[in-house]
Amino acid sequence: MSDFTSEFWSWFIIAIVGGGIIWLFYLLMGTNKAETEEGVPTGHVWDENLEELNNPLPRWWLWMFYITMIFSIGYLILYPGMGSFKGILGWTEVGEYEAEVAAADEEFGPIFEKFQQTSVAVLATDEAAMKAGERLYVTYCAVCHGSDARGATGFPNLRDNDWLYGGSPEQIEATLLHGRSGVMPGWEAQLGEEGIDQVATYVMSIAGREVDAATAEAGKAKYDMFCVGCHMPGGTGNQALGAPNLTNNIWLYGGSPRAIKETLAKGRNGRMPAHGEFLGKAKVHILTAYVYSLSHKSD
Amino acid sequence: MNNETMTYDYTVVRQFAIVTVILGIVGMLIGVLIASQMAWPVLNFDTPWLTFGRLRPLHTNAVIFGFGGSALFATSYYVVQRTCHVRLFAPALAQFTFIGWMLVILLAVLTLPLGITSSKEYAELEWPIDLLITVVWVAYAVVFFGTVAKRRVKHIYVANWFFGAFILTVAMLHIVNSMAIPVSFLKSYSAYAGVQDAMIQWWYGHNAVGFFLTAGFLGIMYYFIPKQAERPVYSYRLSVVHFWALSFTYIWAGPHHLHYTALPDWTQSLGMVFSLILLAPSWGGMINGIMTLSGAWEKLRSDPILKFLIVSVSFYGMSTFEGPMMAIKTVNALSHYTDWTVGHVHSGALGWVAMVSIGSMYFLIPKLFDTEIYSKKMIETHFWVATVGIVLYITSMWISGIMQGLMWRAINNDGTLTYSFVESVQAMHPFYIVRAGGGALFLLGMLIMAYNLTKTIAQGKAAVAAIPEPQAAH
Repeated sequence: MSDFTSEFWSWFIIAIVGGGIIWLFYLLMGTNKAETEEGVPTGHVWDENLEELNNPLPRWWLWMFYITMIFSIGYLILYPGMGSFKGILGWTEVGEYEAEVAAADEEFGPIFEKFQQTSVAVLATDEAAMKAGERLYVTYCAVCHGSDARGATGFPNLRDNDWLYGGSPEQIEATLLHGRSGVMPGWEAQLGEEGIDQVATYVMSIAGREVDAATAEAGKAKYDMFCVGCHMPGGTGNQALGAPNLTNNIWLYGGSPRAIKETLAKGRNGRMPAHGEFLGKAKVHILTAYVYSLSHKSD
Repeated sequence: MNNETMTYDYTVVRQFAIVTVILGIVGMLIGVLIASQMAWPVLNFDTPWLTFGRLRPLHTNAVIFGFGGSALFATSYYVVQRTCHVRLFAPALAQFTFIGWMLVILLAVLTLPLGITSSKEYAELEWPIDLLITVVWVAYAVVFFGTVAKRRVKHIYVANWFFGAFILTVAMLHIVNSMAIPVSFLKSYSAYAGVQDAMIQWWYGHNAVGFFLTAGFLGIMYYFIPKQAERPVYSYRLSVVHFWALSFTYIWAGPHHLHYTALPDWTQSLGMVFSLILLAPSWGGMINGIMTLSGAWEKLRSDPILKFLIVSVSFYGMSTFEGPMMAIKTVNALSHYTDWTVGHVHSGALGWVAMVSIGSMYFLIPKLFDTEIYSKKMIETHFWVATVGIVLYITSMWISGIMQGLMWRAINNDGTLTYSFVESVQAMHPFYIVRAGGGALFLLGMLIMAYNLTKTIAQGKAAVAAIPEPQAAH
């Protein structure tokens, strides 16, 4: 009923649909009734030689027309269509969806429930579970993290055992269930162009790269003032905040001097969406085991 | 009596006929480029205005409104004069429609690659251009119906019914769908929101197919097939029934573009049943086109123009069978969002709309320039190149689309999806190459046509045709 603001509009639809189909029947029957012979022109002539015959309507065509209309009447009795009349089958799109989901849950639910009882470390060595995990991964995760799970700029590599929020099964599962929001503020205003350059140089130095020592030294002073709160002294990072380790030469947003400076100047926003609600706990559990297995090969 | 009243006005017809060929080539060239980008993405050259998202609306606008629109203007101005036995009403206004329509196309070429778009499919042009279209369209209606009004024959020829329905309905569709609130000179937002916006959009979108690309081109078919075949139209009463049934039924079919969406169930059902009912009215036009040839079938062997016209009606019949089938919800659940839809559209667009336009241009242009076609053999070549191109296009998209639909729904015995999305994209790659090849062949045919018609025009001169006395009904 909510589709219609009043009963009037429901009856309006019924009247023009019903009236329209009746009118089509009338049009067909009325035109078909008039007797004419085949191959006789109507007598009208246009543009010197344009004429029309008045052959009868082909019977097969007429029957095709009737059949589609009779089918339609039947359909509109069985299914919703005539205004707010629901159709005698009581079918709805939402109902069909829910029935399909329920049927799928019933069929496949036990498989996933069984997996859910098993610990991540054990699941990671279970061939059937990892097959399901891989399929879930390519459907839901590969778009950002890549088919090979090696990530891309802004999307972490899942195979390198370097973790922003921690690599224990519990931490991975929490990331998948609830998502993560990574926020690196921009420091352009506080540091200025020179300051950005100095801090970038320092950050590269702790990652073990050859840089100008004096600039790095100046950068360290600023690092200890602005960055140390999240990235910790010496740049070891803090998984509680999702602040990356800066010493391992793994760069989420690129490791070139230019990319590092841009990160420092403009900041970065990373978002891992939450998957708990639409995948359900059981599937997230398998995905957790799959992601865990990527950097914990049993062999 | 002077020349003004004793001859037909062919000036505007000539102009539109020539740009039909030019815009056909432009629109199809863009089509071949974006089809190639699907196969080889590197072809967007990392240039924003050459990317698929910007050029796709330019392709659709150029072929539908540029090529198809010009063909409709040219043929309707020609046919309405010839079948009413009068000179065009308000020739200056007709001239304005040509300049105005070309301006619309030019503005499309400028704005769409720049990303200036209302983002409504087949109605992407922003509000100032929409206003210009409205003005041009009203002028078109005045010229067309003015000419019909001053006709010297009592009965209005069937082609003019279809042209008339096309002009009136497109005016209504364009105005209602383009309602928007401008926020700046080049940006507006639709006056409708959410699912209502989607419904208005597809009411427009499907009837752009129904009235622009079907009724209008049936008008072309009803004049040029009997003329070229020199045979009477098969059945007057069939034309009456299918005209009214088609006009009534088409307007309901839009919701089939929104199956299994937030559109209410009742609306989806009505979209589906009226799409099914539409099969017979559509086929009425096909029967009348093809059966007009009865008693003269042998002409198909020797007359390449007739080949274009009759094959176009055959493609019309095929795609108007396919359309109702795809509107059935169960079928749509598989076909929706796949290349099957793209193949279906192009069997109509290339097979029906383009082929009937090409056939009518081969008939029309020599007459407008008072000469014979330069090379009949080249028409024959064009016909075969175009037909092979269409067949490659449609079959590759059928296979690709059905494969896509099946891959998307395939599940393993644990309920997970068998294929990732990118695997379905990979699987489509060879078919994208075949499709680009089919499109390129069709474009090649258009180039052959352009050469042939250039030579034809060069050997002719602007025709001056006297208006014959109407024949009294016998």
